[in-house]
Amino acid sequence: MTLLAEHFVKPPEWTWYILTYFFLAGLSGGSYALGALLRLSRRPGYQAAARLAFLAAFPLILACPLLLTLDLGQPLRFWHMLFDSANLPALNFKYWSPMSLGVWALSIYAAFAFVSFVEALSSRVRRLLAGGLGAVVAVLGGALGLFVAAYTGVLLSVSNQPVWSDGWPLGGLFLASGLSGAAALLVLAAGYRPQLAEGVRALSEADRYFVAIEAVLVVMFLVTVALAGSLGKLFSGIIPLLWLFVVLGLAVPVVAHTRTRPILPLITSLLVLVGVLALRAAVIFGAQS
Amino acid sequence: MAVKRAGFFTDTSVCIGCKACEVACKEWNGLQGNSPNLLLDSFDNTGQLDAENWRHVKFYERMPDQANLVEQPASTGGGQAFLMMSDVCKHCQHASCMEVCPTNAIVRTEFDTVYIQQDVCNGCRNCISACPYNVIGFNQATGTVHKCTLCYDRLQNDLTPACAKACPTESIKFGDVDTLHQLADARLAALQKQGYSKAQLYGRDDKVYGGLNAFFLLMDEPEVYNLPNRANAVLPSRNNLPGYLGGLATAVVAVIAGLIAFRRRGESEETKA
Repeated sequence: MTLLAEHFVKPPEWTWYILTYFFLAGLSGGSYALGALLRLSRRPGYQAAARLAFLAAFPLILACPLLLTLDLGQPLRFWHMLFDSANLPALNFKYWSPMSLGVWALSIYAAFAFVSFVEALSSRVRRLLAGGLGAVVAVLGGALGLFVAAYTGVLLSVSNQPVWSDGWPLGGLFLASGLSGAAALLVLAAGYRPQLAEGVRALSEADRYFVAIEAVLVVMFLVTVALAGSLGKLFSGIIPLLWLFVVLGLAVPVVAHTRTRPILPLITSLLVLVGVLALRAAVIFGAQS
Repeated sequence: MAVKRAGFFTDTSVCIGCKACEVACKEWNGLQGNSPNLLLDSFDNTGQLDAENWRHVKFYERMPDQANLVEQPASTGGGQAFLMMSDVCKHCQHASCMEVCPTNAIVRTEFDTVYIQQDVCNGCRNCISACPYNVIGFNQATGTVHKCTLCYDRLQNDLTPACAKACPTESIKFGDVDTLHQLADARLAALQKQGYSKAQLYGRDDKVYGGLNAFFLLMDEPEVYNLPNRANAVLPSRNNLPGYLGGLATAVVAVIAGLIAFRRRGESEETKA
């Protein structure tokens, strides 16, 4: 008899706060990155959508430290993540621990998101950042946004938890899904405002590419987990229902595009967002079931 | 004289499953224990190591005629029919928990043991998902994680840890790791001479997490005791590079895809105009 050699790990009981954090971090990072791309395109028709993306990115990331703090067993010690409490004012920075790296990235990203938020609100700041400085902010903030959306997946992978540590594609998967969700969120927030119409069409088109990348990564993730023998965890209890929403979120933008009678963009966007949330829920709760 | 590198050598071949170690540990460390729970799993009602159980006697019952058991001595199933093992934090040289801890609450002490500083831990629970031995547990009351300290306070006072002190069969031996290695080697040789061919040391060498300060003599393969074998004794950081590279590759593809989408859509708008 061959015994399955594996790790015997307790679940860390990361649940609703962490799920919500992963969801919002993906949407915020994705929104900022899309806003940066739209802004740097310099196409006048896209600039209103870029501003909308920056207006969304900052409030979304603002909720994240709160969620992370509430999840701690000792919330008042949240600052121990950044400072060495036993050796003040020394900083705590462990690049090999995604949680440590992520907290720093989140903090710096939030500063960029704030600058771009103010830029989107104030025409005076916009004039100030019209030149190269604004482009640098957008590029750096965009890169940090992509990191914030992706590292949450790497954080799960860098463990010994079956499912999470079995697959390396989680970082990429959460990034692709964050970008897809952000595009959907911006389309939803834009509504039918004419000044945003051109940006909305561009974002809808980009979303179809993002869901294609995400679909490939979902398959790669499931294959790596299956090869490690942990796939059963991802399909236990009500988790298959979550995968159903993931598949819907991936299929609807493509189906909506190919139909002659268009499906309402609002419904498409809502289903994509539900899929983005369901993906994270399936991965988080499935592994800990 | 205080030890330089403190450790346990747990010889499972002489464990009788009395759980004196569990009781002594709770007594000394002031652990309340969990609510009584009838698990109907052999004589084990503790279940697992966690914030309230820093020693846990595992029971593995197997019939002597089961496949893979050594035939000699036949009457006892080769010493593999009824396995008992007092499990504990391994105080790994390459500790997964320490690696991921973002607050540096988990440190290596002057006794070369792995210790969670209760005044630094903020209860993020990252270490729980990292520990491959299911050792660390979260305590709602303190809001922090807990595990065996190898009786850090007793070590500071040159005392033997409570579990080793209480063990009536000396299954749990405490001492300097180098001395314990010699004891373990001699015990293994004696068992093998008696025909217990599957007897082996786990964590004695550096093949498992760089060596375990709390290592074991097992009567069968590590998997039988729910311990990761050598091939699976891997650190969380193994996934850093592939994880970030996967994210980077996705970012590059997604940014190119976004640029193409924005350009294509922009051009089609211009054509319409």
